[in-house]
Amino acid sequence: MSFQGKKNIPRLTSDRLIIKGGKIVNDDQSFYADVYIEDGVIKQIGENLIVPGGVKTVDAYGHIVIPGGIDVNTSLQAAHLGMNPADDFYHGTRAALAGGTTMIIDHVLPEPGSSLLAAYDQWRDIADRRSCCDYSLHMDITRWHEGLAEEVEALVKDKGVNSFLVFMAYKDKYQSSDSQIYEVFGVLRDMGAIAQVHAENGDIVEEEQKRILELGITGPEGHVLSHPEEVETEAVYRAITIAKQANCPLYITKVMSRQAADVIAKARKKGMVVYGEPITASLGMDGSHYWSKNWAKAAAFVMSPPLSQDPSTPDYLNSLLACGDLQVTGSAHSTFSTAQKAVGKDNFTLIPEGTNGIEERMSIIWDKAVATGKMDENEFVAVTSTNAAKLFNIYPRKGRIAVGSDADLVIWNTKETKTFSATTHNLTVELNIFEGMECRGYPVVVISQGRIVLEGGQLNVIEGSGRFVPRKAFPDFVYKRIKARSRMADARGVPRGNYDGPVHDVISVTKSVPSTPTTRGPQCPGKTVMAAGRNLHQSGFTLSGNQMDDHIPRRTAQRIVAPPGGRSNITSLS
Amino acid sequence: MAATEDVPAFFKNMGSGSPKPRQKFCGMFCPVEGSGDSKTLDFDALSASGRSVTPGGRVIEKQGDISRPKVEIRHTTGKEALQNIHDKSDRLLIKGAKIVNDDQSFCADIYMEDGLIKQIGENLIVPGGVKTIDAHGRMLLPGGIDVHTRFQMPDRGMTAADDFYQGTRAALAGGTTMIIDHVVPEPGASLLSAFEQWRQWADSKSCCDYSLHVDITEWHKGIQEEMEALIKDHGVNSFLVYLAYKDIFQLTDSQVYEVFSTIRDLGAIAQVHAENGDIIAEEQQRILSLGITGPEGHVLSRPEEVEAEAVNRSVTIANQTNCPLYITKVMSRSAADVIAMARKKGTVVYGEPITASLGTDGSHYWSKNWAKAAAFVTSPPLSPDPMTPDYLNSLLSCGDLQVTGSAHCTFNTCQRAVGKDDFSLIPEGTNGTEERMSLIWDKCVVTGKMDENQFVAVTSTNAAKIFNLYPRKGRIAVGSDADLVLWDPDITKIISAKSHNSEVEYNIFEGMEVRGGPLVVISQGKIVLEEGTLHTTEGSGRFVARKPFPDYVYKRIKARSRLAELRGVPRGLYDGPVCEVSVTPKTLTPASSAKTSPAKQPSQPVRNLHQSGFSLSGAQVDDNIPRRNTQRIVAPPGGRANITSLG
Repeated sequence: MSFQGKKNIPRLTSDRLIIKGGKIVNDDQSFYADVYIEDGVIKQIGENLIVPGGVKTVDAYGHIVIPGGIDVNTSLQAAHLGMNPADDFYHGTRAALAGGTTMIIDHVLPEPGSSLLAAYDQWRDIADRRSCCDYSLHMDITRWHEGLAEEVEALVKDKGVNSFLVFMAYKDKYQSSDSQIYEVFGVLRDMGAIAQVHAENGDIVEEEQKRILELGITGPEGHVLSHPEEVETEAVYRAITIAKQANCPLYITKVMSRQAADVIAKARKKGMVVYGEPITASLGMDGSHYWSKNWAKAAAFVMSPPLSQDPSTPDYLNSLLACGDLQVTGSAHSTFSTAQKAVGKDNFTLIPEGTNGIEERMSIIWDKAVATGKMDENEFVAVTSTNAAKLFNIYPRKGRIAVGSDADLVIWNTKETKTFSATTHNLTVELNIFEGMECRGYPVVVISQGRIVLEGGQLNVIEGSGRFVPRKAFPDFVYKRIKARSRMADARGVPRGNYDGPVHDVISVTKSVPSTPTTRGPQCPGKTVMAAGRNLHQSGFTLSGNQMDDHIPRRTAQRIVAPPGGRSNITSLS
Repeated sequence: MAATEDVPAFFKNMGSGSPKPRQKFCGMFCPVEGSGDSKTLDFDALSASGRSVTPGGRVIEKQGDISRPKVEIRHTTGKEALQNIHDKSDRLLIKGAKIVNDDQSFCADIYMEDGLIKQIGENLIVPGGVKTIDAHGRMLLPGGIDVHTRFQMPDRGMTAADDFYQGTRAALAGGTTMIIDHVVPEPGASLLSAFEQWRQWADSKSCCDYSLHVDITEWHKGIQEEMEALIKDHGVNSFLVYLAYKDIFQLTDSQVYEVFSTIRDLGAIAQVHAENGDIIAEEQQRILSLGITGPEGHVLSRPEEVEAEAVNRSVTIANQTNCPLYITKVMSRSAADVIAMARKKGTVVYGEPITASLGTDGSHYWSKNWAKAAAFVTSPPLSPDPMTPDYLNSLLSCGDLQVTGSAHCTFNTCQRAVGKDDFSLIPEGTNGTEERMSLIWDKCVVTGKMDENQFVAVTSTNAAKIFNLYPRKGRIAVGSDADLVLWDPDITKIISAKSHNSEVEYNIFEGMEVRGGPLVVISQGKIVLEEGTLHTTEGSGRFVARKPFPDYVYKRIKARSRLAELRGVPRGLYDGPVCEVSVTPKTLTPASSAKTSPAKQPSQPVRNLHQSGFSLSGAQVDDNIPRRNTQRIVAPPGGRANITSLG
C-alpha cells in the first residue's frame, strides 16, 4: 500500500481510494479492473483510471474483489427474559466487518402487544449510536391484530421497512395462528413487502417440551428432542400453503434441516415465490454437540429450529444453496454468554436461543461451497450478497460492484486458511460453535462506506458510523411475478338464474356456539368485532319475521316432490 | 371326499385360515367347471315340483348374457323343508362359487347357518331343506364394508335425507353389508349421549350390521374419560378430529396432539378430516366478498393445497405422538401423494378415498344448473382436475391408499337451497354408498388396475383389519359372518337418480355406466337382494363392537413405543455462574385459544414455559445489592469451574 502524492490527511484517505489489480467478481461475471472510490461511492471502474492525487491505493493483486456481504438475519438487540444478547450492535457489526460482511439486516422484536413503531424507533436509536456498518431492519410481528395494519403501512411507506416476520413457533408468546398469518400475508402483499416466517409448529413443540421435561430430560439435548425436523418441515409446508393462497412472496428464515429445504425446493419447482435462508450454523455444523457432556458447550448450540442431528445436513444445504434452491444466507447471530445460557441449566426450555455466525458466514460458505467446487465465485457473491440485495430492494446500491454503488467492498483471499476460535474471534461470548474449524478463504481488506475498516488483520471501526438503509416496497425481483399473478387470479362466479325452487326451512336452534377461536396462537382482538360474520353457520341467512305459513307445522326433512307452480327449470335434473 | 370331519387337515383349512398361494381355476382344489353338477344332491331333480312353483324359490331372469348359466336359488319341498319351515332363511347353501378372498380365489361350495359360515368345501353334507343358490362359477365376495357414512346426520336442524333405513338399504343394494357411521356430537354435548342417540337411531332402522366412529368436536378432560368408556365398554375404536370447520368442530394442533396421545394410549385409531380450517374461513370471506355465492365458491375457497397441507400436518403430529393415523376422504392427488410419501417414510397412516373422488371430478361445480352444482358440494371438495379419479384409483390399486368409503351424506335440493345465496351455508355431502362397489370394480378391475383379490381387499378386508373386525367380517371363512355378495362382473348398469335406492333427487354419478354389480347379496345369512329386488328388514342390523389395539395397526406402534424411549445425557451439575433473570413476568396472553382443554388450567404455570418452575424465590443474601440486567461474570469467584470450560 502506498500513497500517491505527499499529503497524508486521514480525512482524505477515507474518502478516496483506488483498488488496483484485483479481479472484480459480481454475481454475473468476473473481470480484471481497478476501482476508484470517492465519498463512499464507487466512481470509476476500468483500467488506467485517471484519479486525483493523494489517493490511497489498495493493492489487490492475486485476490478477488467482491461486493461486501449482506447478513440478512441478525438479532443483535432482541432481549430474552430481560437479558440482552452478549453481542450488541457494536460488537456484532464489528465482527461482521471482520468477516467481510458490510451490511446487516437486524430483526426488530417488539414485545407482544406493544407498538411496532415504538420498537422500530428504539432499534433505530440504538443502532444509529452503536452500529459500525450500514444496517437495515426487519420487523417481527409478535401479535397480530387489525390495528397493526396501519403501523405496517407506516413502516413500509415512511420508515423504509419492507420485510416482516411472523412466528409459527413460541406458543403463547409470539406465535400467530393460521388465520392471522393469512391476514398478515394479505396485508403484506398489498403493501408490497416480503413475508418472512420462523417456521416451526409451536403447538407440537410445546407438547413435546412438556413430555420431555416429564421424562426428566432437562439438558440441552432436550431442546433438539423437542424440536424434531418434521416440525420444522410441517411449518414450512404450511407457510407455503398459506402464501400460495394469499399470493404473497414468502421467505423462510433459518432453514436448518434437509427436509425443510426439500419442501422449499419442491415449492419453487411448482412455481411458488418462496426463498430460503440457510444460516452459518446450519451450513457449517450439525447438531451432534447437543449431546456433549459439557453443559456449557451443549447449551451454546441451542437455537430454534435446532441444528439437525443428521451429519450430512450441512453438505446437503450447501448443495441446495449452490444450485439455487436456497438463495440467501444469514447468520441468525444472537449470542448469549454461558452465564446467561445457564438460566436454563435445569430446564432446557429456558436456555436463551441463538448461535454466533456473523463473522464466520462468508468464510464457511467459501470453504464448504466454493473450495469444494459446488459453486463458483460468482454464485458465492450471489448467495452472500447480491440475492439479498435484490430481494430486499437495495440493489444495485448494495450487492454489486458498479459505478454509483456503495463502496462496500471486500478483498478476498481465496487460497489461505484461517482457524476459528473463541480466543481470536471478535465477539464477547466465551464459546464459538465453530471452534477449531479451519476454513479456506477470508477477507484481507474490508471497505465499508469507502473507508478501510479491516486491513492487515487490524480492525479500525467507528462506533455509530453505520447508516440506516431504507428499503422501498415492491422489489422488482420479487413482485413482478406476484403482480402478474394477481392480475390472472381473478376468480369468477358462474352466472346463473336465481334459484327459485323450494328452500328448506332452517330451524334456528342452530349451534349456539360462541365464536370460538380454535386456532393456534392468540386471537386477534380486532377480529372479535366481526365474529358474527365469521361464524359461517350463524351468518346472515335467516328467515326472520312472521311468515304466512307459520301456523302450519313443518317436518324437519321436507322433501318437496312437486313444488307449487311446477318444477322450475333450474332445479330439474339435467 | 365325504363329510367335513373326515377330510384331511389340508382340506379342512381350505379357505379359512392363513394366506395361501393364489389358485384360480387350476390346482387341486379347483375342479373342472361343471364337474360338480352331478355330484351334489339336486333337490329339484328329486322333488316332484318344478322350481318355478317352488315357494320362495326364484330364478333370476335379469341377466342379458345367456352364455353363462343363470344363478338359481332353489328350495325343496317335502319333509326336509318342513323341518325348517320357521327359519328357512337361516340355512343357505351356495354351490359352485368362486370364492374370492383378499389373498386367493378358489372354487368351492359354502354352507351357512344362523348367520355364520359353517362349511366351505366340496360336496358338503348339509341338512335337508336348505335353500340353495347355484352360482355357476360366479364370484362370491365378502360383503363390502363402507367405512364412512353419515346417515341421518343432523345439520342445523336438518337431517340428512337418507336415514339409517334408506341408507343401509342402498348400501345392501350395492353389495355393501356393513357400514361404519360417524357419530357427530354437538360441541358441548357428551360423547356418550351422542353415541347412545346414534345407537338408538341405528338399532331401530338399520338393515345391515353397523359400527360407529365417534367424532371429537371439542377437547377437554371429560372427553378423555368418555373416550376411555367408549373404547372399553361400547366397542368404539376410532375417533375423528377435524382440522376444518373453524369455530365449530376445529381443534388446534395442541389439542390434536393430546387427542392423538390419548388415542394411542387407549389403542384406538385416529381419524382426521384434513383441511386447514383457518385458510378456508379466510378464503370463504374473500370469495364471498368478490360476489361469488354459487357452489363454485365452495371449491374455490377450498383449494387442493389446503387439503394436502392439513394431511401433512396431521402426519407430522401422528409421527410425533406415535399414533396410527387414518385420513378420511382423500379427494385430491396432492393429498394422496402426501399420504403415499409418508408411508414410504414408515408412518402408520391409512388413506380413504371415497366413491365420489374415485368416480367423478369437480367440474360440475361450474354447472349452470344450481341444484346440480350444489349436489356435488362436499368437503374436501371434488378436485376440478379431471385426472384425479384415475390417479386415486391407481394409488388404491398399488396399496398407497387402502380402504374405500362413501362419505354418504345426502341432502335434498331444497335443503341444499338453504345456501342458495351463500355457498358456505350449503349442507355438505354426496351420495355413494350404493355405487361404491360397482364403481371401483368398473374403474379398477375392469381396467386392469387391480385383480379381484385386491378388489376384496380395498372394499372390505383392509377395512375389517384396520378396524379390528377381521376375520368376522371381510373374509369368507368358516366361522365368519355370512355377509356375502355374489358378484357378476359382466352386468352393466346405468346409475341414475330414478333407479337408485337413496332418497335424494340427484345422483352425482347420473348417467354413468358401470360394469360389475351384485347379483345376490346375503346379509347375516339372509338373502337381501336377489333379482334386483331388496328384501330388507328395518332394524335387523346389529351393532358390531370393535376392540381396541387392532393387530394390523398396533403391532408396529407397540414396537416403536418400546424403541422410542428418550434418554438424557448424564452430566455433572452445572456449577458455573448463572445470569440473573429480571423478573418482569410477561402478562400472559389468554392462552392460545378459548377452546383449550379446561384440564390444562391447573397446570398452566407449567405450560407457560417462560414462567415455569425456575424462580429465585424467597429472600436472598444479596438482595440489598442492586443488579444489572445482564451480568457477565468473567471470572467467577472461586475460579472457573471445570465443567464450564471450553470442551
